[in-house]
Amino acid sequence: MLHFYVAMRLRAGERTFDLEVEYALTKGSFLGVRGPSGSGKTTLLRCIAGLERPDDGRIDLDGQTWFDARRRVFLPPQKRSVGLVFQDYALFPHMTVLGNILYAAPDRERAMELLELTRLTREARQFPRELSGGQKQRVALARALARDPKVLLLDEPLSALDEELRESLGAELARIQRETGVTAILVSHSRTEIGRLCSEVLELSEGRMDARSPRLF
Amino acid sequence: MKFDPVPFWVSFQLGLWVTGLLFLICFPLAWVFSQARGKWVPWVESTASLPLVLSPTVLGFYILMLLSPRGAFGQFFLSVFHVRLAFSFPGIVFAGCVSSLPFMLTALRTGILAVPQHLLEASYTLGKGRMETLLRVVIPNMRTGILAGIINTFAHTLGEFGVVLMVGGSIPGVTKVVSIAVYERVESLDFGSAHLYAGILVVVSYAGVLLLNRLQRQERRR
Repeated sequence: MLHFYVAMRLRAGERTFDLEVEYALTKGSFLGVRGPSGSGKTTLLRCIAGLERPDDGRIDLDGQTWFDARRRVFLPPQKRSVGLVFQDYALFPHMTVLGNILYAAPDRERAMELLELTRLTREARQFPRELSGGQKQRVALARALARDPKVLLLDEPLSALDEELRESLGAELARIQRETGVTAILVSHSRTEIGRLCSEVLELSEGRMDARSPRLF
Repeated sequence: MKFDPVPFWVSFQLGLWVTGLLFLICFPLAWVFSQARGKWVPWVESTASLPLVLSPTVLGFYILMLLSPRGAFGQFFLSVFHVRLAFSFPGIVFAGCVSSLPFMLTALRTGILAVPQHLLEASYTLGKGRMETLLRVVIPNMRTGILAGIINTFAHTLGEFGVVLMVGGSIPGVTKVVSIAVYERVESLDFGSAHLYAGILVVVSYAGVLLLNRLQRQERRR
């Protein structure tokens, strides 16, 4: 189970606001975090990944503490079992599709499995610049899954795609999440997308949750 | 007209030593500067950039004081390694390193900063530490920064005059570099030789800059 309570002062242009979110997510569930631009969705994801340090709070996964402001515990991202799909995919431009996946995969066999899972076997030797947006999204997903993370974080992975591709890749994303059984958090501003893919929804507005889950820490 | 190739050989050797040493010294510095957020960063960066704005004779004078057998550094080298730094080849290598440091450091730091931050973050979330990220993600994506550092430093060292003259004098085959040879030819009114030395230096420097621009254009097209 992933428990998180994150509190942080954020700046969006001229204004500042407090992000304060608490949630408990059971293993294998798919949480959608929805809210307008600048509501703190991406920051929340970055805090869970370990790319940002919250001002206060605690993040636990299956009894292991990733972050605890009071005890001054902060596990760096490389020590957290997370896979993060960035909004712009952040593929390594100097590596092929296979190279990108092998960068994180424990062995070639696992990389080949992921190529099959994401239907990218034919593109294995291509470089990111030779791929379409949808293919890049699938490479980013395969790479994020390569080291079998316990939590998969998806930062608006479908936002750069056209409507048709968004629907088909959304369905594929849901299939892969079901097949791998990984706990996932999807950040999106689209209510439809979250409704279609996620089993739970967290609404954020100016850093605050609209419906609060019980306090855990 | 008298042509002596030895100053070219000295300049070439000086360029190789300075470029090689500065690459090894500046890479970790550039990485630390690009990642650090402390208040000390602008102070250290400004100190490292000082050779750009200081007069070469002022810089050369201070380096000479430091390297002379009575200076702290010179005394240490003489007693421990039995190497005299003032008016010697190792001395002008040291002076060249100080004088050309900003060229290498700026190019490498700019190269590192040009690598998108999200690529580093992606690497961290894929379980890799800072060193592996540096070797496998940052370096392959900053090739033009590395080339710029190498070419600019080499070209600048090749044209070094004031600092080298102050620290090394003009000892034929040891510290007499091309730019000093040009100066001496002009002083003795041998303009033909001065033209020849200066012309070769211009061609070599121009070729270096041209190569760098071509490589940068190629990289941008990729």
